[in-house]
Amino acid sequence: MRYVLAVLVEDKPGVLVRVAGLFSRRGYNIESLAVGKTVEPMVSRMTIEVEADEKILEQIIKQLYKLINVLKVSNLTQEPSVDRELVLIKVSADVGNRAEIQQIVETFRAKIVDVALNSIIIEVTGNQEKIEAITMLLSQYTILEVVRTGKIAILRGSKTIK
Amino acid sequence: MKMSGIQIVVEALKKELVDTVFCYPGGTSDNVVNQLTEADIRFVMYCHEQGAAHAADGYARATGKPGIVFSTSGPGSTSLVTGIATAYMDSVPMVIFTGHGMSANSVNDAYKDVDVFSITLPITKHSTVVESVSDLPRTIREAFHLATTGRCGPVLIDLPIHVQMDIGIFRYPKNIYMRGYNPVYNCHPGQVNKVAKVLAQANKPVIYAGGGIIYSGAHEELRQFAEKFSIPVTTTLMGLSGFPTGHPLALGMLGMHGTYWANMAVNEADVIIAAGARFDDRVTGRKSDFAKDATIIHVDIDPAEIGKNVRADIPIVGDIKQVLTQLLKKPGPENTEPWLAKINEWRRCAPMRYCQDADGEICPQFVIEQIYEQTEGKALITTEVGQHQMWTAQYYKFNKPRSFASSGGLGTMGYGFPASIGVQLGCPDDVVFCIAGDGSFQMNIRELATAVKYCLPVKVAIINNQHLGLVRQWQEMFFHSRYSSVVLQKGSPDFVKLAEAYGALGLRAQKPSEVIPVLQKALSTPGPVVIDFRVKTGENVFPMVPPNCPINEMVTTAK
Ligand SMILES: Cc1ncc(C[n+]2csc(CCOP(=O)(O)OP(=O)(O)O)c2C)c(N)n1
Repeated sequence: MRYVLAVLVEDKPGVLVRVAGLFSRRGYNIESLAVGKTVEPMVSRMTIEVEADEKILEQIIKQLYKLINVLKVSNLTQEPSVDRELVLIKVSADVGNRAEIQQIVETFRAKIVDVALNSIIIEVTGNQEKIEAITMLLSQYTILEVVRTGKIAILRGSKTIK
Repeated sequence: MKMSGIQIVVEALKKELVDTVFCYPGGTSDNVVNQLTEADIRFVMYCHEQGAAHAADGYARATGKPGIVFSTSGPGSTSLVTGIATAYMDSVPMVIFTGHGMSANSVNDAYKDVDVFSITLPITKHSTVVESVSDLPRTIREAFHLATTGRCGPVLIDLPIHVQMDIGIFRYPKNIYMRGYNPVYNCHPGQVNKVAKVLAQANKPVIYAGGGIIYSGAHEELRQFAEKFSIPVTTTLMGLSGFPTGHPLALGMLGMHGTYWANMAVNEADVIIAAGARFDDRVTGRKSDFAKDATIIHVDIDPAEIGKNVRADIPIVGDIKQVLTQLLKKPGPENTEPWLAKINEWRRCAPMRYCQDADGEICPQFVIEQIYEQTEGKALITTEVGQHQMWTAQYYKFNKPRSFASSGGLGTMGYGFPASIGVQLGCPDDVVFCIAGDGSFQMNIRELATAVKYCLPVKVAIINNQHLGLVRQWQEMFFHSRYSSVVLQKGSPDFVKLAEAYGALGLRAQKPSEVIPVLQKALSTPGPVVIDFRVKTGENVFPMVPPNCPINEMVTTAK
């Protein structure tokens, strides 16, 4: 199963290597990882998507807690939360099919952020289903390049992770 | 008070009551060595950084105090790697200082520069590259705290030369708060009650005690607990000195080379209390068959150990000493007599034995038993890795905690001898024996120079079977005696002459009748002694659970 973890870490040198090293060393699979600062100075937040079973997930959480720079690990998978990912997709396009692509883009409330003679760049923000759906539709044209930020997630309501 | 980074380090060591540091000099650690000479801290120089690291580890295991290591940058720090990994696997507290070139980062591949921080990430409990002299006091305070609390382990501090030279203020923090580090010592009372309930119903309970018993200082509580409820105790290699081997409730070691009755007891138990142990594969054999019918209670200070290898029916996170203290106040099993009788039957049907023929070759087991006899069981023992290590675990009787140091988790050949020097430094009044294999001893044999230089009277008993015995045994048993690279006859030095070349005493025993006199001679010699015991070459360690078999399927004797 795929799990989403929110991991608060101290903003110390090497903390990313520690977390990444832990996953690779113990053979856990990271599907995506996104890191950024939080409102609290010197604390960063990682959103990590992992593919694991329940037993391994428990180990992952415990092993993360063993890292001194890890402050908090929350499993958001079952919690009511909002998750998003931002994707930039470069599609081969010309006058002939640009309008068609534009229609798909509009239906998904995505954006065209760059147009060139033979290509366009589309920016999509959304959850996994939306991103998969638009990627699937765009694949009938030639997708030249895709960049993804990795998922970020936040709890719904006033509850926070501190 | 204003002072240089290096002086800060030395002042901090004084605050931490460090009396001994283990080191090897070099461009980026010379300053420390100079300063240490002035402070009243003994620094012991080894022949190789690996030796220094193992010695610090041995010192820590014997005394319970953290082992302190200093090395220079680059090759100095890479030479520490095996020593750090050995300590990490066995949860030994150490604080390691490595020197570093001009900047905090290895940006330009400067001379003698290596990214020791990254290299040691997976083998340290924590590590820090100090960026500014103002961070130094807190970093050191934190390192000692981390190394010696919770599940202990090695902590590394990388000290760039500019931090060593810069002038800073020494203010050593009394209290520290680390938001991401809160080891749990007090166990959950609800869990203790659950355990008590299960124990009260138990008919066939077994305690499976690991190194955590010794580290937690819980040996006395363990003995009381076992005696109060008549529960038999088996220990891991790491837990050997945590419960007296001669005790009527002692089952000896369990696992691959454990006793038959310990393994049978664990296999048939209805309740297993695992205390400070981690269900290593050498202990459990085939995991899916391990203690299938037992309720497993797992007590450990490290929550990540619980449920990692084997299911835990009742987990208890906390300090074992406290858990056992709580359990002592609760009800326990009512009558284990039938169970103990059953275990004794197993004991009778496959006793530990060997046959020392008076005119034959020396049996390795005989040497080990005689070391116990001749030292009246008072020696502190270290071992290398191999058959001799297993025979020591099987035939030596350990009576007091911290009297045994061996590389359990990593299985590092080359650990035992330098570690024995560290043990002797920490316990100058004790007799220290290193039981070594002729293969392993050669890995760090150069530290004989250290033992001689500092007049440390360690005794090395080489169980010389002229083979890499354990590997030979595996090739014999599992590869149809197709031997490869296990014979040491050719190329091995004359250990007696070698000892003499270093200025130590070298002795040799070739016949059973020579064993006792040689040991007596060694014990009456004030300096370091190396004894070359020429033992039977083909002897195997039994009983044995073949790899990946259930632990009740033991091979008990040679075919
Ligand atoms: C550094 C290292 N290299 C290799 C091994 C693999 N190994 C385990 S036991 C052993 C043989 C040890 O031989 P010896 O020290 O003579 O002891 P014996 O088994 O003969 O008692 C070897 C090679 C190891 N444990 N550590």
